[in-house]
Amino acid sequence: MLRDQDRVFTNLYGMHERTLKGAKQRGHWDGTAKIIKNGRDWVVDQMKASGLRGRGGAGFPTGLKWSFMPKESDGRPSYLVVNADESEPGTCKDREIMRHDPHTLIEGCLIAGFAMGANAGYIYIRGEFIREREALQAAIDEAYDAGLLGKNAAKSGWDFDLYVAHGAGAYICGEETALLESLEGKKGMPRMKPPFPAGAGLYGCPTTVNNVESIAVVPTILRRGPDWFTSFGRPNNSGTKLFAISGHVNNPCVVEEAMSIPLQELIEKHCGGVRGGWDNLKAVIPGGASVPLLPAHLCDEAIMDFDWLRDQRSGLGTAAVIVMDQSTDVIKAIWRLSAFYKHESCGQCTPCREGTGWMMRVMDRLVKGEAEIEEIDMLLDVTKQVEGHTICALGDAAAWPIQGLVRHFRDEIEDRIKAKRSGRIAVAAE
Amino acid sequence: MLRRLHSEQPDSFAFTAANLAWTETQIAKYPEGRQASAVIPILWRAQEQEGWLSQPALEAVGDLLGMDYIRVLEVASFYFMFQLQPVGGIAHVQVCGTTTCMICGAEDLIGICREVIAAHPHELSADGNFSWEEVECLGACTNAPMVQVGKDFYEDLTGERFREILAALARGEVPTPGPQNGRYAAEPLSGLTSLKDFESGRDQYNASAALATGLGDTIKRIQGDEVPILKPRAKATATPQAKAKPAKSAPVAKAAAPVASAQAGKKPKMLKAAKKAGADDLKNIKGVGPALEKLLNEMGVWHFDQIANWDADEIAWVDQNLVGFKGRVSRDNWIEQAKILAIGGETEFSKRVSKGDVY
Repeated sequence: MLRDQDRVFTNLYGMHERTLKGAKQRGHWDGTAKIIKNGRDWVVDQMKASGLRGRGGAGFPTGLKWSFMPKESDGRPSYLVVNADESEPGTCKDREIMRHDPHTLIEGCLIAGFAMGANAGYIYIRGEFIREREALQAAIDEAYDAGLLGKNAAKSGWDFDLYVAHGAGAYICGEETALLESLEGKKGMPRMKPPFPAGAGLYGCPTTVNNVESIAVVPTILRRGPDWFTSFGRPNNSGTKLFAISGHVNNPCVVEEAMSIPLQELIEKHCGGVRGGWDNLKAVIPGGASVPLLPAHLCDEAIMDFDWLRDQRSGLGTAAVIVMDQSTDVIKAIWRLSAFYKHESCGQCTPCREGTGWMMRVMDRLVKGEAEIEEIDMLLDVTKQVEGHTICALGDAAAWPIQGLVRHFRDEIEDRIKAKRSGRIAVAAE
Repeated sequence: MLRRLHSEQPDSFAFTAANLAWTETQIAKYPEGRQASAVIPILWRAQEQEGWLSQPALEAVGDLLGMDYIRVLEVASFYFMFQLQPVGGIAHVQVCGTTTCMICGAEDLIGICREVIAAHPHELSADGNFSWEEVECLGACTNAPMVQVGKDFYEDLTGERFREILAALARGEVPTPGPQNGRYAAEPLSGLTSLKDFESGRDQYNASAALATGLGDTIKRIQGDEVPILKPRAKATATPQAKAKPAKSAPVAKAAAPVASAQAGKKPKMLKAAKKAGADDLKNIKGVGPALEKLLNEMGVWHFDQIANWDADEIAWVDQNLVGFKGRVSRDNWIEQAKILAIGGETEFSKRVSKGDVY
């Protein structure tokens, strides 16, 4: 198990002081100026060497992403935008960072801003997180008062201003270009790419959008060195990671662990096991709503990292583990996700706008068993028509959970249809 | 999803003075000319003040930010947190119904809402005090099932506890938000498995619940004077310059500077209408958008030379009397710009305006 001294988020539960003073006692804001004085290229190289992959779901290498920002400005300012629009069902890790350990994020913003040549950063937090927004703003005010932000921030010679912006309840704004649209005061409809945000993002200026956790781990990585970070997890999956385990476990919780931890160990050690014991497990959604689920037999040897889960045609996503025991109606659980995607589709692309409603309605019939067996394949066919045919990945995200369900629980769907039908026949025969 | 304005609309909407002053702090977060970026926070404040967004409120926000009304309506109807119909007088209850909460018992909570509040979402209870809706994932999944009431999350609920909370709210009490089963935040209920060093000596509440109990504004209609309005620490600048952008950071001590009375300075001479040659396009002044131009015209300012001739006292008066835009004359240096424009000259900004880049 990960030792406490190797954890980045030492105040995850908010039990220690949440102020700047407390953060400094825990080792944050230590030698920030020295890190920055090593220069922009050094910071980016260290981040590349650490192998940090974006914590927002896609797992794109963070250092590489930063290196796409223009080295020399063409007259436009550069922006850092932090994606704190945490809305992926199952995910509740960034909330804990922002309310209980906000200085990790603020210090990370300063260093990341420097590394990409940005003098201004915006943190876009989801609208429902009102207290988290207040806590974060209070921490930013504290940092300004202490000279850690603003002109010559933390005496590093770099000017950096940080602002908190917020949304108002639209899941799609977690998509980076939709987030930028929202930040410009528009409907959150994703933009076509290219141009990528590093070329033309916020207000048409070079912009990098990073997840909260990706930014918040940066200062600790730079202080301890890439070797420390890569000592956790399998190659290409390095580091520590916040896991949020919810659903049918005895003690749901958010916890920081090493990458590549076996799923069973994660659940047994921190969550007191699956409700009713490991054998009572039915399925696990390992990375937030948009990744396909894993049935129980795959969970026995499941390893929580990007590559292992991808090999099982699932994904680590945001590492939000939703556990379902044998009492769960798994078809209904996935139907609820279909309803979620229908609700949250922004309506820009026809395959997604129409397809999500279509998929939800067929799922509705499967939940009740009032369908024909052939409709399962028809549903799969529809998911294939949505997947990959939309501007952003919401269409894919809506398709994958259904594909995962059919792949692993086709028997259960068919049984339900047959039971319903034989029930009907039995009644008719009486 | 189809969301429309409510069939019955109030006649008018006005921000309270404190809320209006607060909107300026939001606009200041964004570069010049990008004030539309502040539309979501400002609409949100309008909703905090009134409980829901009416058509007059949307129009007022549009005027404030120089946005077309349709653009404001687009935003208000796109984002689900904006209520386009009246909500319960005491509270609007939002039950998270997405998968994790659903498998942990959210359907029971929704059943309770139907029974105790109203049969359908967005319908007012018989006494008009409550309304409810099912919302998508609220991001507190390890504390499922949960509901949001006003600004706060009530987590780790049971049906029984939820009924108690609704009953307490109806009595005018506000139960302490946060986990309702004895947990502190998002740690394992049975005890810490990590970070055990800090367990003793912790504050009474986690950060969210501490703010909620400290401010006591969970279900309050916000007037703007609940907390001191802090000036933004830095003004976002748009000047596309390669090098560091100078931030005019206001020293904290000055943040609470006394508001000068509206009578400060001397009122400049105003015109009843534009001169015969026609009004000047005041939008050529950097810092004056369509909304501000309209306001200036209403005050009797139509021409560059009027502005160019203001003296210090007159600047002070106009700074104080620009409703919703206090202090813009001196902040954006109108006088120097107007002096150039009045004699037919061009500024960097006016060149961009005439090219059609700005409006």
